[in-house]
Amino acid sequence: MKKLLALVLALALLLPVCASAEEVVNVFNWEDYIDESVLEMFEQETGIKVNYMNFTTNEDMIVQIDANPGAFDLCFPSDYIIERMIANGQAAEINFDNIPNFNQVMPSLLNPAYDPDNKYSVPYMWGTVGILYNKTMIPEPEQSWHILWDEQYQNNVFMLDSIRDSMGITLKYLGYSMNTREVPELMEARDKLIEQKKSGVVKAYQVDETKDKMVAGEAALALMWSGDALYAIDLNDDLDYFVPIEGSNIWVDGMVIPATAKNKENAEKLIDFLCRPEIAQMNCDYIRYSSPNVGAIELMGEEYTENATINPSQDVIDRCEFFNDIPAAMQAVYNSLWNEVKNAK
Amino acid sequence: MIRNLTLPWWAWILMGLCLCGFVALVVITVRRNRGMKRSLFAAPYTLWMILFTVLPVLLIAYYAFTDANGAFTLDNFRNFWDSNYESNKVILEVMGEDGAAYVTRGTVNVDTLVYSLWMAFQCTLICLILGYPAALFMADRHMKLGSTLVVLFIIPMWMNFLLRTIAWMSLLEDSGLINSFLKALGFNGVQLMYNSGAVLLGMVYNFLPFMVFPIYTVLNKMDYRLSEAAADLGCNGWQTLYKVTMPLSVPGVISGITMVFMPSVTTFFIPRVLGGGNTMMFGDLIESKFLTEGNWNVGSALSLIMMVLILISLSILRKADPNGEGGGIA
Repeated sequence: MKKLLALVLALALLLPVCASAEEVVNVFNWEDYIDESVLEMFEQETGIKVNYMNFTTNEDMIVQIDANPGAFDLCFPSDYIIERMIANGQAAEINFDNIPNFNQVMPSLLNPAYDPDNKYSVPYMWGTVGILYNKTMIPEPEQSWHILWDEQYQNNVFMLDSIRDSMGITLKYLGYSMNTREVPELMEARDKLIEQKKSGVVKAYQVDETKDKMVAGEAALALMWSGDALYAIDLNDDLDYFVPIEGSNIWVDGMVIPATAKNKENAEKLIDFLCRPEIAQMNCDYIRYSSPNVGAIELMGEEYTENATINPSQDVIDRCEFFNDIPAAMQAVYNSLWNEVKNAK
Repeated sequence: MIRNLTLPWWAWILMGLCLCGFVALVVITVRRNRGMKRSLFAAPYTLWMILFTVLPVLLIAYYAFTDANGAFTLDNFRNFWDSNYESNKVILEVMGEDGAAYVTRGTVNVDTLVYSLWMAFQCTLICLILGYPAALFMADRHMKLGSTLVVLFIIPMWMNFLLRTIAWMSLLEDSGLINSFLKALGFNGVQLMYNSGAVLLGMVYNFLPFMVFPIYTVLNKMDYRLSEAAADLGCNGWQTLYKVTMPLSVPGVISGITMVFMPSVTTFFIPRVLGGGNTMMFGDLIESKFLTEGNWNVGSALSLIMMVLILISLSILRKADPNGEGGGIA
């Protein structure tokens, strides 16, 4: 009897060892950027355990990946960061044989400028940057970025605490490219942002808090990503979204396997799983960004295709610009200009 | 930009020496006190301190004096003085002579530090003004409510400070509780959030207990017969307070000031949540150097500067309480 007990105890001790030997995939994604039940479904189907971690901005993500090699198997950077990761050798080539559902990706998003041969990334979501506004406070908004500088809306504008986005739309407003590397143009954008802050229209610089505050009616206008805007519109009918006439940023968040990943095949399995039309539809319904998945769009039907926020018309897309990566030296200029904006009183 | 944590050989030697030093320290203390091994009890804490206090500080110093490639440099401190130091170099490189017109000294880092010190000073002062009477009241022997008050002060501290700060947000927002109440009564709403006033409120709220408790402890331990004697000798209540109680409570006040001032200077997160990111404090700046810009070297230099400033203020305070009677924090 004692021997049996000892055997049971010994086996019990072994259990955690077995558990630690199980298959895992370490996923690093944006805050609120997946329907988490999808991950459970993946775990049940494949037996691969998903360790799910979040970041807030692209810049935060890339810093973490640099600092913790091997900690992440799959990440979700935006286009310009994908470009940088490829250039720095930080992205692993994906084995597309393991991703049969890749054929669901919209043809227009294949072989993009940030990944010309489409070897390193699979589109996950895409969208635009625009203005979310409250119809009860502004019945007919001026369709221009100028509205964010309109002093009539004192203390009523939420800006994004994200360097490329806030600098980018200001450059666009001034008639420049969002990807400019011309110092005088960047300085003009900085001065414009400082002018905006000093005029008192800016209520706060924030990222994830904005959508809930807009739902609560905390401000009239917010610079926002289309998906967050749609999330807010779903919760409050008074809100609406538009992309200003000067044009804006169109972006793609892709799935990328870091070069240091330890569980590459599991990451590929997860990519394939996320490209399945039903799964892509679940995520799209949850996150409310535009899906790159043809099958998912078919499943979602008219409700999706007739919604201008999630499915912008071609002329809006034509006015928009993708971000290109800016070299590290130029980032220093962007950073110090943005810090001066944040420091202005 | 790629940063791996491979340290230079001398850093490993330094770490090795630290560990050897620790072992030696334990061996020596055990030998000295052969009979009683009480000093051995300090070993876990010493190990903890070396691993999580001494080594990190050494790492910060290492990053502060090196560049991205690990070579010795003082540029990070130039960056503190001139926040545009890096970008000015780039501008001159890209634009050549034309760039000179666009080169200016950036004052962001210095401004932010001055602002943080000013905020911390205000916070400490307000905590002292609010906290001293509260401690006096709690420590009053005739006050049956005293111990209840102590409990009431402690209960909010059971909750995480992040949660408490976010809770303030839902009170102060334009669409928050206070403003909804005012509007329901027919008043105009007031802007309570997204300014430095709200940040100060959040800081005072979070750090007030650190002022009250050290003062309370000292006052509670004070021999109450001294104030009775003062009364016997003709002091009225105010005179007793000002001539007897207050001088005796100085160690508690010093300790309280230290415990409020330190976290106040290093505050971050509160400006972002309650101040709406409109003003940056030094803690936010350091955070953004590490997390957004990925510039560990400048971030470490800024941290080091702040640590030195705190050390200086601590040693000044220590002069006022040389025996460390107020809990010996200073």
